[in-house]
Amino acid sequence: MSHDDTMQITVRVWRQPGPAAGGALVSYDVPGVSPEMSFLEMLDVLNERLTERGELPIAFDHDCREGICGMCGLMINGVAHGPEKATTTCQLHMRSFRNGDVITVEPWRATAFPVLADLVVDRRALDRIIASGGFISAPTGGAPDGNAIPVPKPAADQAMDAAACIGCGACVAACPNGSASLFTAAKISHLGLLPQGQAERFRRALSMVQQMDLEHFGSCTLYGECQEACPKEISIDTITRMNGDFLRAAAQPPVREAATGSI
Amino acid sequence: MHRLAAFWESSVGKKAVMAVTGIVGVLFVIGHMVGNLQVFQGAERLNAYGHLLHGPLNELIWGARVVLLVAVVLHMVAAWQLTMRSRAARPVPYAVRTPQVSTLASRTLRWGGVLLLAFLVYHLLDLTIGAVNPAFEEGNVYGNLLGSLQRPLIAVFYIVAMGALALHLYHGAWSSLRTLGVAPESPSPLKRRVAVAIAVIVAVGFAVVPVAVILGIVR
Ligand code: HEM
Ligand code: FES
Repeated sequence: MSHDDTMQITVRVWRQPGPAAGGALVSYDVPGVSPEMSFLEMLDVLNERLTERGELPIAFDHDCREGICGMCGLMINGVAHGPEKATTTCQLHMRSFRNGDVITVEPWRATAFPVLADLVVDRRALDRIIASGGFISAPTGGAPDGNAIPVPKPAADQAMDAAACIGCGACVAACPNGSASLFTAAKISHLGLLPQGQAERFRRALSMVQQMDLEHFGSCTLYGECQEACPKEISIDTITRMNGDFLRAAAQPPVREAATGSI
Repeated sequence: MHRLAAFWESSVGKKAVMAVTGIVGVLFVIGHMVGNLQVFQGAERLNAYGHLLHGPLNELIWGARVVLLVAVVLHMVAAWQLTMRSRAARPVPYAVRTPQVSTLASRTLRWGGVLLLAFLVYHLLDLTIGAVNPAFEEGNVYGNLLGSLQRPLIAVFYIVAMGALALHLYHGAWSSLRTLGVAPESPSPLKRRVAVAIAVIVAVGFAVVPVAVILGIVR
């Protein structure tokens, strides 16, 4: 690659030293950006220069850099995970930008996702939604034969599509209401579509929706922004399914739960 | 009672109330629009329709009014509360925010709803109660309508309000079935066909009346 291919980029990055501190957008020029770099590599290069100059590097989350762990996630020019569809921030490349571009980079914004520093937010609210019902009861003992439980092909496909959620939080970030409906609905669908998920299906819908509300996420207006932002292209059909499960659960007489185990 | 309260507290429950009350509204506006079109069959026909509703069908009308009033109040209260929750869910706005697929209709639901509420109040004062209608005469539906809509500013207000209704229904008639969990799965869930038809038919069906009055077609 010839030297001419490199670009000069300006990034306006949200800098915030800590959770309680104030923050502001700060501009940095980044010369010598190769189109083959990923967005995070561009930030790595910038951070190296900041460190050499004795400044604090920009904090941002990342882990696998393969688009599968869900750790990365930045609001890039007002779009969650940037301009490419079905792409996490770590899989976004600088060839999606032009020489001279000014790129605004902000953290996910939501009450439920407090900023820890710069571009890093605390997404444990999503973990608590999972803990409130995103599981199945399985008998202990030897592992059952994988083929012992028949699963209809369409249900298997849809459950697999929903299970692709990596919990990055882009749906919340992109939603004008700051709603976690797509995330919660993906988890509810992925379990509720499968035979193994039936035992807790309705209780799951009630408790996960309740947890979502308790975490101060907004409600769903079906704008569709979440589906567009989702790097795994999870469909808002899952939200329809969540609503249906919730409403059916709410219509059922409450179950009096017996204490499990023996006295 | 406790379960009802929990249902109303939950965002999905509250939104379901909005969907059901919204659908009540959709059914009402379709019926109202069809009824209005009798204006093109002349004064006698429209006034006879009015007398039918307020005479033999009086109990039915009062029943419908109670249902509609309850629906509007629930719809409004839920809209307000969900809007406040959503505001609280993102107190710090983005410096740059670029909507991708959300429609104008979805982004104007709230202010459009406020406009619809203002219209609703004016419309009732104008043609049901008559307080703001200089030509008002109990039972003369046709005359009251002409008296109101022959003022161009008022006619324009009616037409603009129907534009807002079209936008509201373009989103609402589609989203309500998803809110209630009954919409079929779709490879392109944001596409809507029935909702477009409902929005256009209702809005045009209503708006032709003030347009016809301004143009002198209905006199
Ligand atoms: C009285 C004034 C009104 C206000 C303030 C209002 C406000 C709203 C708002 C804010 C929403 C979106 C809720 C959300 O998803 O966050 C909405 C949805 C909706 N509105 Fe209204 N609206 C009004 C009147 C009407 C009327 C007259 C109709 C019917 C003709 C109607 C039908 C609907 C429907 C069907 C929905 C969709 C509900 C859903 O997706 O679950 N609204 N309204
Ligand atoms: S770093 Fe793992 S998905 Fe981006």
